[in-house]
Amino acid sequence: MTLTLHRLSCGYSRTPVLRDVSFSVGAGEFVCLLGPNGSGKTALLKTLVGILEPLDGRIQVGGKDWAAWSARERAAQIAYVPQAHAPLFAFRVLDVVAMGRTARWPLWSGPTESDWKAARGALDLVEMQDFAERRYTELSGGERQMILLARALAQEARFLVLDEPVSSLDFGNQVRVLQTLRRLVSDGFGVIMATHHPEHALRCANRVAVVGNGRLSPAAHPEEVLTPEVLEAIYQVPFLVTQLTGRDGRPFSLCTPHLS
Amino acid sequence: MPHRVEPSKGGLLSAQTALLAIAVAASVCLSLRIGAHPLSWADLGQLWFPVGSATVDRSTVATLVYQIRLPRIVAALSIGAGLSVAGASYQGLFRNSLVSPDILGASSGAAFGAALGIMLSLGIAAVQGLAFASGLSAVLLTYLLSRSVGGGTFTLRLVLTGMVVGSLAMAGVAVIKTLADPYSKLPMITYWLLGSLSAITAADVKVLLPPLLAGMAVLMALRWPLNAMALGEEEARALGVATTRIRLLTLLSATLVTSVSVAIGGVIGWVGLMVPHLVRFWIGPNHRDVLPRSFLLGALFLLWADNLARCLFAGELPIGAVTCACGIPVFLLLLRRASGSWSE
Repeated sequence: MTLTLHRLSCGYSRTPVLRDVSFSVGAGEFVCLLGPNGSGKTALLKTLVGILEPLDGRIQVGGKDWAAWSARERAAQIAYVPQAHAPLFAFRVLDVVAMGRTARWPLWSGPTESDWKAARGALDLVEMQDFAERRYTELSGGERQMILLARALAQEARFLVLDEPVSSLDFGNQVRVLQTLRRLVSDGFGVIMATHHPEHALRCANRVAVVGNGRLSPAAHPEEVLTPEVLEAIYQVPFLVTQLTGRDGRPFSLCTPHLS
Repeated sequence: MPHRVEPSKGGLLSAQTALLAIAVAASVCLSLRIGAHPLSWADLGQLWFPVGSATVDRSTVATLVYQIRLPRIVAALSIGAGLSVAGASYQGLFRNSLVSPDILGASSGAAFGAALGIMLSLGIAAVQGLAFASGLSAVLLTYLLSRSVGGGTFTLRLVLTGMVVGSLAMAGVAVIKTLADPYSKLPMITYWLLGSLSAITAADVKVLLPPLLAGMAVLMALRWPLNAMALGEEEARALGVATTRIRLLTLLSATLVTSVSVAIGGVIGWVGLMVPHLVRFWIGPNHRDVLPRSFLLGALFLLWADNLARCLFAGELPIGAVTCACGIPVFLLLLRRASGSWSE
């Protein structure tokens, strides 16, 4: 199963912010999108999950054209993980996760026994089973992000689209979310994640694509893409990229903006 | 420390719901007895199953019960339930727990129609019809305006244009009040604006019930997807929910329920705001449970508000004043107790 974009244009209310985007993500692949604020990463992700309609071009999943699919059929293929936020209502965590399955029932129906089981299963997958009965609004940002991930998993889609899932999290929660994502990718999920952390792209992604000037660069291997020159071009500040050795003896790259 | 919240599936058929239903039934029986002309159980009983010796003759009791008290009780129950269910639905849809059923201008529009009808000396049925039509028109105007302005989400635009249309309608009411005959028409308009069930007849109830029940049935059916909508429309759409359809159905049904309630009972404030709040505080925010519970609690609340309105003093009190007087202390108490439990 592959998610393919052909010459896609996307943006808000008919003004494209990104044009001519072509790339594909397969099952078991982790693709990161890097780009400055306002470059159109979010517009692209929202188009992928059906919040925005494509302005031009095509999206295909498994060779079938996206435009012919209903919102419900799309939700069965691609799940969206927004940045964690506090909703107004203090829903129970298990209810929030079960909402991931809403498109499976007719409008007038609700979760059945098997849906509650699937929701609990999704919580198990992100190791948050002890939070099922808590109120969502009482959780910390990191915990909420995990719950939103569980909600996407309860949706049982093959592809996960994440919009800066770790941006507001502390280091511990960042690592926990990324490790969970890596595990899901090795289980066969396809992941597309927008991020402001080049390092996360280096550690987790199979491929990285850079968004800028209304275009998306062809996705390539993170080590090839994330050079000081490219990073400087993205963020307009000088960058340092150094090689270090990890605890497991394997080398890895570290990149950081240079503060003069 | 884990916070236990009642499981979702237990809501509708739980013991609490049953108790509340019993309380409603008991209140109906009590409400039949009390009033300007109190009846004993024996008086009341002779209509269906004679117990003991009645002191009032049967035909008087029959008139009192079937023509005066029962229609009024049914109206109080159904308007209370309707406004509460509509309020809870609007609050979920607009993701704002301070939204009340007149958010889109339904009540103000209906008030304008009724005031106009009274000024023009129309009959009671025509006043109700005009109130209903102008309530619906106000919401339609809100909807059309919100489509023509830019900026913000559709929901936000609806709330803002609803405010505009509501203000416009109230300005119209103010103009009518200055023009209306101060001895005959003005008191009627003022009384109507405060809400009253005193003039309810069996015929009113027959007009009221079908649209009210139909609207509530749709809202009840949509209560799980309403949870997804309460997360935000974008998220709901990404979850594969047919957001446009659900929004339209919810708006239509809640507006129908509100407009017909206001057309029959006048502007009765606070019910649609306070009852869903109380329910969420009690059992949590899952609309699957909140709507049925709001239905029962709203019916119970408005029935007793109306009992107070008709029994507290020799003359009738406007029910809107009673709901306000009862609602505000409860609401303040909730705000005190619940601060922080809705969101941050």
